[in-house]
Amino acid sequence: MQFHRPETLDDALSLLSGEGARLLAGGTDFYPSLMDEPAPGPILDLRQVAALRGIRLVGDVWRIGATTTWREIARADLPPLFDGLKLAAREVGSIQIQNAGTIAGNLCNASPAADGVPPLLTLDASVEIAGPDGVRQLPLCDFITGVRQTARRADEIVTAVLVPDRSPATSSFLKLGARRYLVISITMVAAMIALDEADAISDARLAVGACSAVAQRLPDVEALLIGAAPRDGEIRARIGGADLVGLAPLSDVRGSADYRLEAARELLVRAILLAVQGQEG
Amino acid sequence: MALLDVDDLPGISFQLNGATVTLQAPPAERLSNALRERAGARDVKVGCNAGDCGACTVLVDGLAVCACTTAVGQVAGGTVETLSGLVEADPHAKALVNSFQKHQAAQCGICTPGMMVSAVALLREEETPDEAEVQDALGGVLCRCTGYRKIIDAVMDAGATGLPESGGVGAAMARIDGLAKVTGRELFGDDVAPADALALRVIRSPHHRARFSFGDLEAFRIKYGLDLILTSGDVPGDNIFGVIPGFEDQPMFAKGEVRFRGEAVAAIVGDAEIINPIDLSDFPVTWSPLAEALVPADAGSIDDLHEGREGNIMCRGFVRRGEPEEALQGASVVVEGSFSTGFIEHGYIEPEAAFAERVGDRLEVHCCTQAPYMNRDGLARLLGLPTSSIRIVPTATGGGFGSKLDLTTQPYVALAAWKLNRPVRVTYTRTESLASTTKRHPSEITMKIGADADGHIVGAVFDGVFNTGAYASWGPTVANRVPIHASGPYRTPNYVARSAGVHTNCPPSGAFRGFGVPQSALAQEPLYDDLANALGVDRLEFRRRNALRNGDPTVTGQVFETGMGIVECFDSLEPQWRRALEDITAFNASNTAVKRGVGIAGGWYGCGNTSMSNPSTIKAGITPDGRVILHQGAVDIGQGSNTVIAQIFATALGISIDKIEIIGADTDLTPDAGKTSASRQTFITGNAARLCGETLRGKILRLGNVSEAAQIDIVDGAIHLSEDGEQRVVALSDLGGGDYAVEATESYDPPTLPLDENGQGDPYAVFGTTAQMAEVEVDLALGTVKLLKITAAHDVGKAINPLLVEGQVHGGVAQGIGLAMMEQFLPGRTENLHDYLIPTIGDVPPIETIIIESGDAHGPYGAKGLGEHCLIPTAPAILNAIKHASGARVSELPATPDKVRAAIRSLEAE
Repeated sequence: MQFHRPETLDDALSLLSGEGARLLAGGTDFYPSLMDEPAPGPILDLRQVAALRGIRLVGDVWRIGATTTWREIARADLPPLFDGLKLAAREVGSIQIQNAGTIAGNLCNASPAADGVPPLLTLDASVEIAGPDGVRQLPLCDFITGVRQTARRADEIVTAVLVPDRSPATSSFLKLGARRYLVISITMVAAMIALDEADAISDARLAVGACSAVAQRLPDVEALLIGAAPRDGEIRARIGGADLVGLAPLSDVRGSADYRLEAARELLVRAILLAVQGQEG
Repeated sequence: MALLDVDDLPGISFQLNGATVTLQAPPAERLSNALRERAGARDVKVGCNAGDCGACTVLVDGLAVCACTTAVGQVAGGTVETLSGLVEADPHAKALVNSFQKHQAAQCGICTPGMMVSAVALLREEETPDEAEVQDALGGVLCRCTGYRKIIDAVMDAGATGLPESGGVGAAMARIDGLAKVTGRELFGDDVAPADALALRVIRSPHHRARFSFGDLEAFRIKYGLDLILTSGDVPGDNIFGVIPGFEDQPMFAKGEVRFRGEAVAAIVGDAEIINPIDLSDFPVTWSPLAEALVPADAGSIDDLHEGREGNIMCRGFVRRGEPEEALQGASVVVEGSFSTGFIEHGYIEPEAAFAERVGDRLEVHCCTQAPYMNRDGLARLLGLPTSSIRIVPTATGGGFGSKLDLTTQPYVALAAWKLNRPVRVTYTRTESLASTTKRHPSEITMKIGADADGHIVGAVFDGVFNTGAYASWGPTVANRVPIHASGPYRTPNYVARSAGVHTNCPPSGAFRGFGVPQSALAQEPLYDDLANALGVDRLEFRRRNALRNGDPTVTGQVFETGMGIVECFDSLEPQWRRALEDITAFNASNTAVKRGVGIAGGWYGCGNTSMSNPSTIKAGITPDGRVILHQGAVDIGQGSNTVIAQIFATALGISIDKIEIIGADTDLTPDAGKTSASRQTFITGNAARLCGETLRGKILRLGNVSEAAQIDIVDGAIHLSEDGEQRVVALSDLGGGDYAVEATESYDPPTLPLDENGQGDPYAVFGTTAQMAEVEVDLALGTVKLLKITAAHDVGKAINPLLVEGQVHGGVAQGIGLAMMEQFLPGRTENLHDYLIPTIGDVPPIETIIIESGDAHGPYGAKGLGEHCLIPTAPAILNAIKHASGARVSELPATPDKVRAAIRSLEAE
């Protein structure tokens, strides 16, 4: 059984285009998906590819390498814009999962409850993908196309997640589950908020996960927030009756559809206020 | 570019615990498997194979990761540290060895390597972590025994020196068998098979109910080069097993029809490297699904699953006393309600595992188990062998809680080893374990209780339906126990309780800590709150007013003249209760979005089998060279019987516990100490140990012709007897005999009486009682519940080892939290540990344990059983607290956020 550990992206791509392979990074979704069966080959382990690691600011875009782990994100020196993503990083599974699991792995696994997706949606993240024909970029909202489905072609490798620097905007993330650790969300929300000079909301980006096949941005609700003072009563008034277009939660063991919607609405209010507190703090 | 291919590379090399190892392994193999099976690192435990439990946590290049989600090829050139290596070399690990022992942070020990390795990673970064840091660092490791609080204490206390002083009855000593658990040396069910053992996998039904037929099995065997395929036709004895006489109804392999999803129809045996990669969906079996019933309401609409159990009613239980219907008519206040619970999975972190080998004309089975003698007898019937031909050697058992009483893995490896004359092993996957082994019975209960104007209970009517699944297992025990216990530990002069166990196409419901009593308490205790509130009586006071006192008859008419300690339990909670009510009033006055509440509940549990003989036997002897050997057959599944039984024996014999060596459970070496179940070991086997110690002491004293007051010591092959300053020495070598110069064997069987047609009689020799308090905070908008504190008062009669008592209480409380707030097994839907949730280290609040010692007329030194009692009041106390906080009653468990929120929403709508 073939098990490749390339050290350069070119080697990885040529192996992939040659014989094809399953991509492996942190393994935290790869192995559970096997359901106790042995891994079928060939397998391409991406963790030795140096170009896929690390976080850096290039111009006005933050580049987070594909195999950057949640631990590395949680501990990275990043502006408050990333507070939501960092909160999400600390909510991913457990320390064990955060130490191994990668940001691109989370996106490529394309779970409706992927912790990384809502905060990255609010950051207007794009996915950088390398393939035999070169490098392309896709907005995250176009990259994940369905439950366990992405726009990555079999001969492509996600190389980085790109986030435009919108400082001094701030962000937050809230996850609701039935226990403290190792829990799949009932729902989760992320918010990115910018305030104007009068401390009114000038830019708002909201996303909700686990309430639809793919986590959704809520542009209509975002528009309702513009000009609002970031105080509980006012935010609640604006969010309270808003139509949460795009959310179509399921009822399952974790919660009913009605509850998910109700909880998402409440969490949106709290996440917006939490994001602003980060700005004040 | 590094290219690894197992075909053309010599192997995968890395540093393992400081030494270079090179493993011939497929590079995509899970690191956990490679470490255990190829590098011999059996201290790496596998609980789920999916990153859900953390038992396999190792350090890879210094970072804690799950070895089951790491490819062995990914650590090539790196460093891997496991617990057994860390305790040799790492100062933090060494400190944790002591503090885990000191705090009894390991019970069964199966999660301990994962916990300690995670803790080492934390301590390397932060030498004095706070509680939140410990929780974050250990949040990825599940524990089902300890309730986590002792683990938090141990990590925060790492570096402390010394252990509690050892001693006999009453000493809060560390576990006798603790060191192996905290150093990774303990061997569990999957750790003991010889290297040449063949592997076995079981073929199971994907349907809840179906007829099936096999294709060409021999062709399949030849295609894969299997050693053996087993089906029902291969079972040499009766293809049937069970645990209750008259209710044995489960086949080892289904014949023609399966009655639940996960039921075994065949097994394949062969070399592990051949067996493990086989896609079992290729197995030649054709299924024809049949009409199924998954809930009791549907059970009448399908054929009877078992002949003679009409309408799929397995059995009923009944207790009647006085005139309950009339009493309720005359009551000042009557409350009633309907309550339900779902299947609860035991969730031990060690999946079932066993290996068997033929030794001459006998069969030896090494397995994790709670009931070695019952296992032996069950196997003998299946295999058509005399019981004397079977030896059961229990390994360390990584949690049981009732489900490891029944046969699971053992028959398959036993039959395969018998036929092939080769050692054969099997370990269930987590999915297999969840799908096929017993569960706690789902319950549907209606109850009506009435009280007079003074707040005294006048009568109660209880009806409970229990989903017993496809096979009886311990269902009859649940049906019988519940009516005896459904009153709670309260005077209920007029009472009727009816129960029914109903067959469905679900996994068999069996024994699980409490045998149905936790479910009945979830009806009775909320209704007690309703009564107290209706009468305007404080909820604690209402319970105390009705609590059984010495001399009061129970609902079966049994009278205890001593040792009924439930009033003392409530009394002991009162200061905390008053404090909590004040705190909550103050908090709620200034908070609107979150509200706090406190709940209280009582509980009781009769120790030992219901109205049945259930003796234990203990043997001990002193060898000619002066070693004191205790044959301790009460299987220690983490609860601590190895320590408790030895403490009792040491006190009875009158020597230091440090001089006692234990021979652990083994049907060839230890007499039958019964099963580890029904909170019976401390009480029943403890009494046998007391009697054995006393008899041995009597024999020794007679040897020296000294009085009962004499002191015994054993030094250098001689017994030293001292009395009134005089010493006598008896040389053991002069006494002759065989293995032992002097020995004793004693049995104890608790006095019980059968119940009459109205369920009246003395079903147990002793009840233990408890009262617990839960303080919670409810987020009204989200329905989320944060537990703030549990205060647990337990009358244990006499605490043989107070530290072990606390351990049992903490573990029971944690399971009660799971029952109340998150656990529900749905066949086919929650067959893993990320969909079936048990509490994590962040879900168990501080627990204050209050030990009441009211003594007991029968128990050893006054001790009662404890194991089951601990979780009985927890869930109702939490639900009562949620209602106190929010006004909302959740009566269909678990009280997940959506259900709590729905209950709050329906209140808002009113």
